[in-house]
Amino acid sequence: MAGVLARIVQGTKSHLGIAAPLATISNGSVRFQQTESQGKTKFGPLADSDRVFTNLYGRHEWRLKGAMARGDWYMTKNILEKGTDWIVNELKTSGLRGRGGAGFPTGMKWSFMNKPSDGRPKYLVVNADEGEPGTCKDREIMRHDPHKLVEGCLIAGRAMGAQAAYIYIRGEFYNEASNLQVAIAEAYQAGLIGKNACGSGYDFDVFVHRGAGAYICGEETALIESIEGKQGKPRLKPPFPADVGLFGCPTTVNNVETIAVAPTICRRGGQWFASFGRPRNSGTKLFNISGHVNTPCTVEEEMSIPLKELIERHAGGVCGGWDNLLAIIPGGSSTPLIPKDVCETVLMDFDGLVAAQTSLGTAAIIVMDKSTDIVKAIARLIMFYKHESCGQCTPCREGVSWMNKIIYRFVEGNASPKEIDMLWEISKQIEGHTICALGDGAAWPVQGLIRHFRPELERRMEAYSMTHGPSKAERLY
Amino acid sequence: MLNKYKIVKDIPRMLRNFSCSKHLRSEELFVHRDSKDNNPSTPFEFTEANMTRLCAIIQNYPEGCQRSALSAALDIVQRQIGWIPISAMHKVAEILSMPRMRVYEWATFYTMNKRRFRGKFNVKVCVTTPCMLRGSDIILQAVEEATCCCAGSLSADGMFGVDTVQCQGACANAPVIAVDDDYYEDVNVCDVYNIIQTLKCGGIPPWGPQNGRFAAEPITGQTSLCECPPPPGFGIQPDLLQASTPKPGK
Repeated sequence: MAGVLARIVQGTKSHLGIAAPLATISNGSVRFQQTESQGKTKFGPLADSDRVFTNLYGRHEWRLKGAMARGDWYMTKNILEKGTDWIVNELKTSGLRGRGGAGFPTGMKWSFMNKPSDGRPKYLVVNADEGEPGTCKDREIMRHDPHKLVEGCLIAGRAMGAQAAYIYIRGEFYNEASNLQVAIAEAYQAGLIGKNACGSGYDFDVFVHRGAGAYICGEETALIESIEGKQGKPRLKPPFPADVGLFGCPTTVNNVETIAVAPTICRRGGQWFASFGRPRNSGTKLFNISGHVNTPCTVEEEMSIPLKELIERHAGGVCGGWDNLLAIIPGGSSTPLIPKDVCETVLMDFDGLVAAQTSLGTAAIIVMDKSTDIVKAIARLIMFYKHESCGQCTPCREGVSWMNKIIYRFVEGNASPKEIDMLWEISKQIEGHTICALGDGAAWPVQGLIRHFRPELERRMEAYSMTHGPSKAERLY
Repeated sequence: MLNKYKIVKDIPRMLRNFSCSKHLRSEELFVHRDSKDNNPSTPFEFTEANMTRLCAIIQNYPEGCQRSALSAALDIVQRQIGWIPISAMHKVAEILSMPRMRVYEWATFYTMNKRRFRGKFNVKVCVTTPCMLRGSDIILQAVEEATCCCAGSLSADGMFGVDTVQCQGACANAPVIAVDDDYYEDVNVCDVYNIIQTLKCGGIPPWGPQNGRFAAEPITGQTSLCECPPPPGFGIQPDLLQASTPKPGK
């Protein structure tokens, strides 16, 4: 799942409205090592020459020959020979933040693996589970540009001293996994991976592991459990995967997009990548725009681009015009929705959306126009979380199930206005009290709905009691 | 007064019994009951080709970690006979030297594992919110009518099994239906009937977007990547071009 399911140590919650995933380390606050931007204020359309994924729409050959013609595997040996410190430094300079939803600085994450070996091999695991509703970016990378991912695995593996990479791809993506497996076979045959990868003296293997249909396996520890052949039930952290991960060995789990942009960052320089977007939100991002837009699509754009411009330029605008917009879910289903007035001015990056009490997540934009039954849309998401909950911990298993029952009564208005506050409280009791972030992912959409659409909920309850008399909740409470 | 409300409240519930969609009972997820076709003596053996595939996959994992091949093993079983009887689970447990209970755990946890026959063509309709916003409820109804099969059950001739599934990961091409491994995207009601009819006649409908676009570009034409991709080495940083001395393997 390419969602916000990476729970990070919660830091300074007090000055944020919600418990947003903050990147902190245990001994202090975050420092992002990054060059200052040149005072850019306009984050607008990206030039094609600045796009990383040049075969996003599959117009060109995706196999090795076509990939090499588009610049993949160029000077990889030189990058590998530069060594661990150089590669990690490039990533830190670029300011790349994890593209899987949590936005943890990638350079810092890779540097956690930089510790003396204690005899255990190190592994890189690539999270290609992509289960977050709204997200469909990794499938484009894997079927149209798989060599970027394979090369990225090699470079990331070199940076952390890993001996093998396991790419966990969701079971439903059979054709995408097929393309990826062909790309890996081509890379092995050409001597680009395997023993003495690219002639650099470094041995590195890449394997594809297919999943079997569970959103929870997008969570990094659940993913590791799933690769080990067990049920995808997340582990408690600590111990973090960098200490005890796959097969008990130090492991780093990264999203497909994060790994796939790494070779281009190393080739064109961290500073080039950092020149896009606002400070601490740098680079380019794949956006998926779905829902009530005229031309839903996947597009690579600069970070910090205004949401309105993104939708109007690439998705053909909202169905019925911008004024027909009701709400948008900006980062995949786990992020709270934002109403139209916020969408007018919000910038699509991590900080901008956190300031709007939501989150960038996977940048999967779900647009809802005024014809949407907003309560039913959110209720459907809660049903999704209830279905996908692994059942390990009580707040998620019982709480999400309970929220599902309540919110489906809200759809028809068969509830009391007091239950809105009760639902808010239940979501707050789930959020932060679970083993993994699926509980948070289920709680946040509900909170977004209550925060921005409370009058709609109350209107329905009143309409229901006009036709059916007082609801059972109203009578009993 | 209370009785009147009870009746009014009960009517939707009674009407619901006449609707087509069958609710999945929780027993289906966890409990195994021996039946004529599905019991520990149901014959199952891997074909030679599949056994070779399985052995090759086991090699992907470190020595002693062959449990990791469980996912692939059960997938191969499903590709061989269409579903996973309990005897196949026992066979896999034996090959991978793991307790049978661990295989049962996997088989009941993951939604792609079919523990009963789901038809020659398993049609899966995504019903999560991005697809719902683009009309997946209507698509589900169309699929049920075209296959004469309610969601959760099997058609009379065993050709089709219809299931509602969670997000399939193709949201920019919503609504999406999946038939076995292939995705049919951007479907409308006509496309559904065409696809089901083609399957009935023994054909293979072309998979992918059904509305004319190639992948996930805007239907009206690409708004990005309109220029030719830059050649290799475009924008390469000077630091990389300097000759680097090979470091001893770190």
